[in-house]
Amino acid sequence: MTVKEIFENMEYGPAPESAAEALAWLVDQGDRFGHFIDGAFTDPGDGFDSRNPATGEVLATLSQARAEDVSAAVAAARRAQPKWERLGGHGRARHLYALARMIQKHARLFAVLETLDNGKPIREARDIDIPLVHRHFYHHAGLAQLIESELPGMVPHGVCGQVIPWNFPLLMLAWKVAPALAAGNTVVLKPAEYTSLTALLFADICRRAGLPKGVMNIVTGDGAVGELLVAHDGVDKVAFTGSTDVGRAIRRATAGHGKALTLELGGKSAYVVFDDADIDSAVEGLADAIWFNGGQVCCAGSRLLVQEGIAETFHTRLRARMDKLRIGDPMDKCIDVGAIVDSAQRERVASMVAGCTTGTVYQPGAGLPARGCYYPPTLITGLAPSDPLMQEEIFGPVLVSTTFRTPAEAVALANDTRYGLAASVWSENLNLALDVAPKLAAGVVWVNATNLFDAAAPFGGMRESGFGREGGWEGLRAYLRPAGKTKPLHRIVPSHGDDSKTQGGIDRTAKLYIGGKQARPDGGYTRTVFSKSGTALGEVPITNRKDIRNAVEAATGAAGGWARTTGHARAQILYYMAENLEARAAEFAGRIDAMTGGRKGAEEVVASIRRLFTYAAWADKFDGRVKGVPLRGVAMAMRAPVGVIGALCPDEAPLLGLVSVMAPAMAMGNASVLIASDPFPLAAMDFTQVLETSDVPGGVVNILSGAHADLAPTLAQHASVDAVWSFSSTDLSAQIETDSAGTLKRTWVNHAQARDWSGAVGEGHAFLDAATEVKTIWVPYGE
Amino acid sequence: MQATETPTQLPQVTEPRNPGQELDMDWVMSARANTSAIERRCASLPGRRSVKKEFQAAWLCRAISCIDLTTLAGDDTAGRVARLCAKARQPVRPDILKPLGMEGLTVGAVCVYHDMIAPARDALTGTGIPVAAVSTGFPAGLSPFHLRVAEIGESVKVGADEIDIVISRRHVLTGNWQALYDEMRAFRTACGGAHVKAILATGELGSLRNVARASLVCMMAGADFIKTSTGKEAVNATLPVSLVMIRAIRDYHQRTGYRVGYKPAGGISKAKDALVYLSLIKEELGNRWLQPDLFRFGASSLLGDIERQLDHHVTGAYSASWRHAMG
Repeated sequence: MTVKEIFENMEYGPAPESAAEALAWLVDQGDRFGHFIDGAFTDPGDGFDSRNPATGEVLATLSQARAEDVSAAVAAARRAQPKWERLGGHGRARHLYALARMIQKHARLFAVLETLDNGKPIREARDIDIPLVHRHFYHHAGLAQLIESELPGMVPHGVCGQVIPWNFPLLMLAWKVAPALAAGNTVVLKPAEYTSLTALLFADICRRAGLPKGVMNIVTGDGAVGELLVAHDGVDKVAFTGSTDVGRAIRRATAGHGKALTLELGGKSAYVVFDDADIDSAVEGLADAIWFNGGQVCCAGSRLLVQEGIAETFHTRLRARMDKLRIGDPMDKCIDVGAIVDSAQRERVASMVAGCTTGTVYQPGAGLPARGCYYPPTLITGLAPSDPLMQEEIFGPVLVSTTFRTPAEAVALANDTRYGLAASVWSENLNLALDVAPKLAAGVVWVNATNLFDAAAPFGGMRESGFGREGGWEGLRAYLRPAGKTKPLHRIVPSHGDDSKTQGGIDRTAKLYIGGKQARPDGGYTRTVFSKSGTALGEVPITNRKDIRNAVEAATGAAGGWARTTGHARAQILYYMAENLEARAAEFAGRIDAMTGGRKGAEEVVASIRRLFTYAAWADKFDGRVKGVPLRGVAMAMRAPVGVIGALCPDEAPLLGLVSVMAPAMAMGNASVLIASDPFPLAAMDFTQVLETSDVPGGVVNILSGAHADLAPTLAQHASVDAVWSFSSTDLSAQIETDSAGTLKRTWVNHAQARDWSGAVGEGHAFLDAATEVKTIWVPYGE
Repeated sequence: MQATETPTQLPQVTEPRNPGQELDMDWVMSARANTSAIERRCASLPGRRSVKKEFQAAWLCRAISCIDLTTLAGDDTAGRVARLCAKARQPVRPDILKPLGMEGLTVGAVCVYHDMIAPARDALTGTGIPVAAVSTGFPAGLSPFHLRVAEIGESVKVGADEIDIVISRRHVLTGNWQALYDEMRAFRTACGGAHVKAILATGELGSLRNVARASLVCMMAGADFIKTSTGKEAVNATLPVSLVMIRAIRDYHQRTGYRVGYKPAGGISKAKDALVYLSLIKEELGNRWLQPDLFRFGASSLLGDIERQLDHHVTGAYSASWRHAMG
């Protein structure tokens, strides 16, 4: 075209980024890569090709790790770990700072290599991925520096096994590696097989930056390598980002092994537009929500909910905006939507859209490149929540849409999903936006924005989007554990005795406590509780699965209202419980002593009262943080209640154990279903009378009695239970972790290790953390 | 010189003029502008769109064709204006234009004060380049209303093809939209066949939402163009303000079918900035708005930077300002 012609048609023309430097780096490495273990690359082994999805060209040949490679990497990490930890916060900060600097110095090389390998537009790799990567390392250099003063008593897990996806290859590496190293762990990382190249360049950078050998190890290969890594006995902590199905498999594979686990999984994030939004800005936001990285983003705003009155104009403007998207060679600086990472992925997206039989599909008329792996931006309007594409994660450039009438309906539709990763809310009304944002079941909510990320702001999901946070102090905690050794916990079995030996007096019948009422067990059976000497102390109901169902239903009904109660009001109720417990202290002490055959009942009652005071104190003091993100606005990391917590209470401390579990759950705004001490249930059953006289709303606390082993599976599998804790002396940890995988609920289990309930570890931050979800709400502002 | 009634004297005008409409307050008050989101769009746009090589040269020529080459100084003289008009006729050295195949390229218009209209018309005779005059007590617009209206008539009488009026900022700041509408209506009527550009002085309107509302009111009152600034405010044309105004233009076109033009003015002095503005217009409004009848840059020093870039495109070497003729 001549200048004159272009002057008339005003087309953009090509604006290619050069691939020369990145290709030269690959050539320098011989176009073949081994694994990075103990500070050096291994000889390339049998493996697979890594291709450029935009052209199909082979970029390099990578090695498929075998079991011995994984073991060698884990062993190298293990050897390096103690010295890395002893290096101290400042020593590690110096290394992280060096890595940040190196990444910044080689920013364009990383960006170009990322685009070649992944197919994302060079604009995104250059302007978003890589800047976030070095920001992450800088930020974590700072966290390492401060870790000793700010998080005393915490130590690293040891060796971390980390498995990351192909959509943000280097950024996900940074999110995993930076906090692990800052905390004093060493790492074995497996990048996705489609996109390992920037991880290997990072390995090269680690070598050149003088990172001690073995601190960072990388093994390449497909999902089988990931399985080897997460199941490896030498791994203390597993972190995974990827699909919900694989996350579930990892939960099952690691169940009962005592490994710490964080999962960042799929999503179907709602993008809610109210009729008072800046519509054009909300339309533009979708370009960053669903067409950013071709929609291959776990937190993509893929589910559009638009208020009915503006739906028509919104969709019209959106289609016009889609017509302006430029799809093509990701190495062109003027491209909005690049290639899909792999043809298998492209086919998956295409078949999901093809399988959608309702709604109206819109795709812009502009053609796709003849060669390479592309899928057009797609909008499907007129769907209902019952349509599969409104529920299933597509993980491609496909937006589905439906309408709502009221704010309440918007919240209900937004939360009508198994996922809970992110959400966007668009409204110019501050009252509306700030009311709706916390009600959305999502770990991250953006007000009048989308896909904002920062190293200081925690990111992570609720529900089947996984658990754990990445970023900021909250993310760092996932790579630390309390210092100190634990002791094994031995099973306490119920005492046996003679039914005819009773204490006398009027028969007192303990009942289940469900929804604020005493309830007879569904099954109609009871068990006699004997003292150590064999005297029958009373009878307790035997809970069955229907009782659990009823209790969870009561808890679910109460959870919303309780969560909205002020911290001050929750504190008043906890104090009131302490008051009423103290009034009956002697009775409880006697009960405890009678069951356990000990003489420390009185002490336990005093400790229980103290504990109620502790959590009454915390109820309005476990504050969120406002994050120092680079934005005119605020990113608030709020502490939201988990929801419904099911707990198997400690056996060894019949009253204190119950209170230690119940009180933090209550204080943080959760409803709970508590299974009393298995061998010594009567104190808990007596405690229901304290609840009844202390203004505890019905359903906020539900107390059941029964055999822990019988009830744990029902609790762990129940989809309405958001978290399960087990401090039972029956070792149910593996069972609970396995059973919870179906709904990916949060679990906190003891792995048959004892906890000193009367000591410092019997209360505090660990309980408050487990009773809350970190919810990051981004509110950009400015007139 | 005799004023002649030539309603379509703008070179590329093919559009029906915006006749305006009743003031629709529901529409005006429904306008929203989320500053943070608008700023994000503007911040990321330069990274999303880039034009290279011959495309860049063509786009820069397009920018020149859309420049309102401007002098608005107290010391303007007939000679100074004649020199500016000479530059308007031949904005780029012929030895640069020839290899580009862009001979005959001129700027979009020349923009002057009232007393400089006649010298400008003389200097532009036969070129087809329109003369624009700032009016209505420019830049503050606080002279008596009847004098402001009369000033338009005087300028049209001596041959101004386009009138750049200034709105009363106080009407916007006090939410007196009816007064703004009536004022703009009166100005439009006074312009007769001359096209009217409404200068919003966005740097003095307090918020982007006010910019959106003022844009809509002026279009409803019959503005042919809406323009950001006089060039005399502390803050003149910016990308966020531009985005708000052109989205209002798009909205107006979608609802009424009439295309209103856009003129960012003040502060655009680099070729690179001009390219970003053009891509913003292309993305948000479409190619039709990249013609001088619907888009102008109000600028004085922009042309010099573009010339140097074109010189570089042709020769491969960076140029110097003194190798290009003064305007």
